[in-house]
Amino acid sequence: MNNTFISALTGVIFGAGLLLSGMTDANKVINFLDVGGAWDASLGFVMVGAICVNAVLYRLVLRRESPLFAANFRIPTRSDIDARLVGGAALFGLGWGLGGYCPGPGFVSIAGADPAPAVFLASMLAGMLVVKVGDQAGTPEPVSPVTQ
Amino acid sequence: MHPFVAATAGGALIGLAASLMMLGTGRIAGVSGIFGGLLTPKEGDMGWRVAFVGGLIFAGIVAAFAAPAAIAAPENRSLWHVAVAGVLVGGGVRLGNGCTSGHGVCGLSRLSQRSLVATLTFMSTGAIVTALMRIGGAQ
Repeated sequence: MNNTFISALTGVIFGAGLLLSGMTDANKVINFLDVGGAWDASLGFVMVGAICVNAVLYRLVLRRESPLFAANFRIPTRSDIDARLVGGAALFGLGWGLGGYCPGPGFVSIAGADPAPAVFLASMLAGMLVVKVGDQAGTPEPVSPVTQ
Repeated sequence: MHPFVAATAGGALIGLAASLMMLGTGRIAGVSGIFGGLLTPKEGDMGWRVAFVGGLIFAGIVAAFAAPAAIAAPENRSLWHVAVAGVLVGGGVRLGNGCTSGHGVCGLSRLSQRSLVATLTFMSTGAIVTALMRIGGAQ
């Protein structure tokens, strides 16, 4: 329950940060990515602000044995750079620049008057399902023990 | 507020949220990963994911009343553009294991090489597609 509460609180603070920073204005996002056009550099400072705070606080938090409301920290451990990572990130960037939305601002913006975020989220879900189905199709069926 | 100050302050809130998530749940605050986990339901693993996404949506609902100008749809994109964009984002984040928050904020804060490569890649292709759209007359 505490886990759920802290997640909800995190979501609200995260969303407030996206709103305050300008990330929920898709035009601003597009102008940030378009470095050769009417470049709006301000959104670069979102990452600067977030990383400065998070890098310091992560270090303090990870000195603990465990998180407050879970048994273990679950930090990604992979360090290999593969085609799937680069290809996936490349596709994500194309979509981000084409629509002006990444997932967080998509969810925050759904309460606005315009239908664009709802369209974005529905098709994002479709894209996620396509990869999930593709992964399952590519994974060999677990061999069931033969009982005769 | 000056846009640079607002962006830095908003970013600081995002960093605070990511650290709070790690402190409370031991998890990375990556929006695509948290939402994506709902597609492979596991018992006892759903509530915190729904709560986080619900928190994001709640912040947007408050803003829609209190500061509606903060939420703006792209002026130079059709809904078709946005629909194709969504498929690319959804597929891309599943393949690449993360988005702006998981790789760009949480991963770079941990000095993850994978996240650095992912972030440089998606910023580059984002720059390319916005340039192509501008040259094509979309803005």
